[in-house]
Amino acid sequence: MSVPLRPISRQELAKKIAHRIPEGSYVNLGIGMPTQIGNYLPENAEIMLHSENGILGMGPAPPEGKEDWDLINAGKQAVTLLPGGAFFSQTDSFAMMRGGHLDICVLGGFQVSQTGDLASWHTGEHGAIPAVGGAMDLAVGAKKTFVMMEHLTKNGTSKLVEQCSYPLTGLACVAMVFTDLGIFEITPAGFMVIELFNDMSIDEVQAVTAAPLSLL
Amino acid sequence: MIGGFGGAGVPNELIDALVNQPVKDLVIITNNAGSGETGIAALLKTRRVRKIICSYPRMPDSHHFETLYRAGQIELELVPQGNLGERMRAYGAGLGGYYAQTSYGTLLAEGKETRQIDGKWYVFETPLGADFALIGGYKADRLGNVIYRKAARNFGPVMAMAAKTTIVQVPEIVPVGALDPETIVTPGIFVKYVVQVGKEM
Repeated sequence: MSVPLRPISRQELAKKIAHRIPEGSYVNLGIGMPTQIGNYLPENAEIMLHSENGILGMGPAPPEGKEDWDLINAGKQAVTLLPGGAFFSQTDSFAMMRGGHLDICVLGGFQVSQTGDLASWHTGEHGAIPAVGGAMDLAVGAKKTFVMMEHLTKNGTSKLVEQCSYPLTGLACVAMVFTDLGIFEITPAGFMVIELFNDMSIDEVQAVTAAPLSLL
Repeated sequence: MIGGFGGAGVPNELIDALVNQPVKDLVIITNNAGSGETGIAALLKTRRVRKIICSYPRMPDSHHFETLYRAGQIELELVPQGNLGERMRAYGAGLGGYYAQTSYGTLLAEGKETRQIDGKWYVFETPLGADFALIGGYKADRLGNVIYRKAARNFGPVMAMAAKTTIVQVPEIVPVGALDPETIVTPGIFVKYVVQVGKEM
């Protein structure tokens, strides 16, 4: 690709998202990339992390050798519980998700459309094993759904699209998309640029994006 | 139904006992499709499972499921996790089903009844019950009252109410009256058998 894109790293992106999570929020961080956001939440800010398997007030990974395998996150990694945390059943946990009690969820994604449709669970490829977990519940249940993903696929195809070609996770459910190139809000007029990283211009990013971008 | 999320709350000894039974043509309802060589993976390996109903079959090292699935030797019904639990709750609570926003407009809602309520679209979901539920608890008494440990609680409470026969394994059976009634999570009415396994945790 001839366009000199200047993406930021996953860690930097995780940090940018972390700083957009207000104190006092109840937040679910999805499996994979979004889990890293937990490492960058502002210290001493009271933000309650939710894990779909039945935890509120989830803390960081324990030191090696101190893992308790009854205390794991949705990605099946060992975690800890912060003071004030709670355990509950799967049905209570999904009532929190589906009943609109979570302020923010951050999901990974394959594609986001300009109307906020999300495709994240299935590539539709032959022989691919579909797995949906709690993604469909979170996508439509949380008050705000953020998506964290690379702007381009490994082949250089835009993951921001006019219409998703992969099977959908949810319709018109995404509020904001965070990619390694910038931050985009879904508006009635489509993708609106909130921030572009490393002084990239809208023309540079538009050139690799398969849906129109607009400025405020 | 087999409890657990990832490895937490999986009733491994009860699954081993099932592996050692000459039963076949099983339908398994559980969140994951097992990984490695033990638990649900070991049960799948026996090729006595006809169908699995779950939300997330893809895990690192879930090769027994993958092999069967790719060979067309196991049927998969993929259910969004919120519906997996809530359909069990509906069955256990004697409800004929419910409407949920989850999956509306997606492949997983194809062919299902939809309805608009207060301006939002919902999909009708049916109850999901089972003949048996196998559950991993922390402590139980002879009456079947159960408490769980940390995030190993997950599907235990809802599966206990959604099966005709619920069997709970615990590392410790305590005398009736020893569990604090304020903290009992699954009341004994939902549990038919408790089995003590292994040593204390």
